[in-house]
Amino acid sequence: MKARVTVTLKTGVLDPQGKAIEGALRSLGVEGVTSVRQGKVFEIELDGTTDRAKAEALLKQAADKLLANTVVENYRVEVVG
Amino acid sequence: MKAAVLVFPGINRERDMARTLRLVSGAAPAMVWHAETDLPKGTDLVVVPGGFSYGDYLRCGAIAARSPIMTAVHEFASRGGLVLGVCNGFQILCEAGLLPGVLMRNSQLKFICRDVYLRVERSDTPFTRGYNAGQVVKVPVAHGEGNYIADGETIARLEGEGRVVFRYASPDGMIDPNWNHNGAMNAIAGILNERGNVLGMMPHPENHVEASIGSTDGRGLFAGLVDHLAKAA
Repeated sequence: MKARVTVTLKTGVLDPQGKAIEGALRSLGVEGVTSVRQGKVFEIELDGTTDRAKAEALLKQAADKLLANTVVENYRVEVVG
Repeated sequence: MKAAVLVFPGINRERDMARTLRLVSGAAPAMVWHAETDLPKGTDLVVVPGGFSYGDYLRCGAIAARSPIMTAVHEFASRGGLVLGVCNGFQILCEAGLLPGVLMRNSQLKFICRDVYLRVERSDTPFTRGYNAGQVVKVPVAHGEGNYIADGETIARLEGEGRVVFRYASPDGMIDPNWNHNGAMNAIAGILNERGNVLGMMPHPENHVEASIGSTDGRGLFAGLVDHLAKAA
């Protein structure tokens, strides 16, 4: 079973990397970009878990325990197939 | 003083720390590997040194904060034991939940390696009794992620409870954005936990304790700890 955990910065948390990328896109002539926020994507393979609900609970646990720092980050878990 | 210096894979400032502890206290600290589950018997100070544990993978300090030895550090701190975290050690203590907030990427995106000036806000803590309140000390920093942030409520509590111990300042002690080199909220360079027995700071006082280096401004922190522990014993 494949899964994905997406970690993003909470609204209002300053993201200097996102700002730098936003500036770089502008200087490359990519127009119409008004904001960039950088995050992380974890592609995870699960073994022997067929129950979707159980898989989601497990991914949530992984995100809470390690993948995200919930002081400044939000996360989203998805079972993708 | 019976200090224990934690050692994580990728850490590279543990020897500077051990050398300073030996020079100032006269006793060599125990070096404790991250996979250990207990601190040496009689430990009265735990030091989480700087460096780049786990290559800063995932988030600075995130993986080290979940090492087996950290369970023992939590217990030690909950019994009132003194814990000092410097640089990556500060990041580890925040990730471990022993201190509030997070150290984010420096606001100007550059790794900063230079001497900075810190204003010591309080002298009535075990970590700062070797200084006077308001004193300015010159110590080095070396970090890319030292920009302290926390939510408004946490910042208000830290300030209200006098838990901001060190702030980035000008050489004459003024708080000025031009001297807040990493963009930290309220120019915060070091904070205490609620109980006052855990200190995290980004600068490296352990690197300014010998006259041959050009400054001994960091010595007061360690001399103060030695004094405090001698009196407590």
